[in-house]
Amino acid sequence: MTQVRELARRSVLRTMRQPAMIVPATLFPLILLAINSAGLDSATELPGFPTDSYLTFALAFAFMQGGVFAVIGTGQNLAEDTQSGFFNRLQLTPIRASALVAGQLAGTLALGTFQATTYITVGLAAGGHVEAGIPGAVVLIALATVITLAFGSIGLIAGMRASSPENVQGLFPVIFVFLFMSSMAMPRNLIENDWFRTIATYNPVSYMIEGLRSLLITGWDAEALALGFGCALAILAVALTVASRSLAERMART
Amino acid sequence: MKEGSASRAAGFAANGIEVQGLAREFKGGVRAVDGIDLRVSPGEIYGFLGPNGAGKSTTVLMLTTLLPSTAGSARVAGYDVATQGALVRDAIGAALQEAALDPQLTAWEHIRLQGALHGMSKAERTKRGEELIERVGLTEAAGRKVGGYSGGMKRRLDLALALLHGPRLLFLDEPTTGLDIQSRAALWDEVAHLSRDEGVTVFLTTQYLEEADQLADRIGIIDRGKIVAEGTPAKLKAEVGRPTVEVTPADPAERERTAEQLAGFGELVPGTPNGAAVRLADGAEELADIVRAFDNAGVRIANLELHAASLNDVFLAKTGRSLEGAQAEAAAEGDTGEHPVGAGASA
Repeated sequence: MTQVRELARRSVLRTMRQPAMIVPATLFPLILLAINSAGLDSATELPGFPTDSYLTFALAFAFMQGGVFAVIGTGQNLAEDTQSGFFNRLQLTPIRASALVAGQLAGTLALGTFQATTYITVGLAAGGHVEAGIPGAVVLIALATVITLAFGSIGLIAGMRASSPENVQGLFPVIFVFLFMSSMAMPRNLIENDWFRTIATYNPVSYMIEGLRSLLITGWDAEALALGFGCALAILAVALTVASRSLAERMART
Repeated sequence: MKEGSASRAAGFAANGIEVQGLAREFKGGVRAVDGIDLRVSPGEIYGFLGPNGAGKSTTVLMLTTLLPSTAGSARVAGYDVATQGALVRDAIGAALQEAALDPQLTAWEHIRLQGALHGMSKAERTKRGEELIERVGLTEAAGRKVGGYSGGMKRRLDLALALLHGPRLLFLDEPTTGLDIQSRAALWDEVAHLSRDEGVTVFLTTQYLEEADQLADRIGIIDRGKIVAEGTPAKLKAEVGRPTVEVTPADPAERERTAEQLAGFGELVPGTPNGAAVRLADGAEELADIVRAFDNAGVRIANLELHAASLNDVFLAKTGRSLEGAQAEAAAEGDTGEHPVGAGASA
């Protein structure tokens, strides 16, 4: 437990002391939110669009973008540790792979919580709305945090396989494409293009966004929340298992 | 007599290093370390000298359990590195190539993290940490982020961290590479103190002849994965014995004539690009004869230097290359064949 606590402390300190990791990861989704809600507001006039506020509709995507930054940030941190030799320093202590995984994700968790709180605060200040009320906002932050952890675990896998922190950056466009091929910009039932709708239906990102969006627009939608949490937790479980195994192999000291 | 021998063996098991036929082959068949044997006695400073890519760091990675060997065996502090890795790691401290520190953390935060990972109590790591931070001269800077430290300060913190849990053996992989003369001297003093006053066994890799010569009780010279010579600096130099004379002619065009003149006094050896060098057949007393020979031949001398046998001569005698030449060769080849420290256990 002490190992996890101290590694988590280091991970949080390391993240919080690097404004370059926090500011773009927090501001970029907000800028995109401002642009989208200003430019695409007329989409709310489409028959069947679930809300008359595109800002409220688009707010959910800001949380998902936070997840993308979690992949990059967590992956880069681990790749930096490997490249600098800090990973070897850790390996020379009686550290367990599980402690290292938990420790590395602590910074991601702290940043994710900060981002989620910022997005909801800014979103509400700009005229957005949380249909599920204050408890809904709390659940929204909780779901966003699980999503961030799930993406952060993917980042751990990327960080272990990358030969340098710069290589992890290469994942950014790939993950962004994955995000855009979802119900990010339009509800699935309003996507007219068949192939796009099919991809969006099979893309778990859609269900995570819809889970977040349900709290903002619909109120308490058990199915949307179950699918949102379910997808996020499933990705978290798989990614965490793969990351822990890879890390244990990577730490195959004699 | 038997008791003494048993006690020496116990001490050896506790603090020594024994290596037999240790080898590491990487993908593509590169044998970075090719069946080395060595023995480091308790409390000794063992200098592992060789050019870049010779196999020094790979050896350290294997002895510190970070990289499995592909052949041979090694016991560190009495434990088998292949099967008792956790016990080895508990007994050793290591400062590997490049001070691997987190630039966002302060020295105190490094001490806290490292101590906690080693299972030290808060009181224990605070006491030991304060003692070590003071000893390596970082008291004033300890509250600052390491990102702002100089190379020497980072190295000293690295050393303090390696010593935090009170290891019996210390591995230092090129600890002074890139440091200025003052920082290098300070680190040498500290390493000497550890061995002399605290009985810590030190395994030190270096590519600096002077470092190995001044600091090490015994030296192993490694080249292309094999140990080519081993012994005390004095013994190794005595083996090579004879001094060399290097002459640089005033007119660079007379380099060949310079070599011709010197050839009469012994075996020609590689010298500077503008001059020629000879290992004297009969010792330094021939110096006057050499000056006379050049005078008689009408070759004007710009510079004449007499070199007592050095570790470079030992390297030259054992490998046919100077250490500098071997470094240049390794640089030209680019890929040294050695495993990068940062990628420790992945290979």
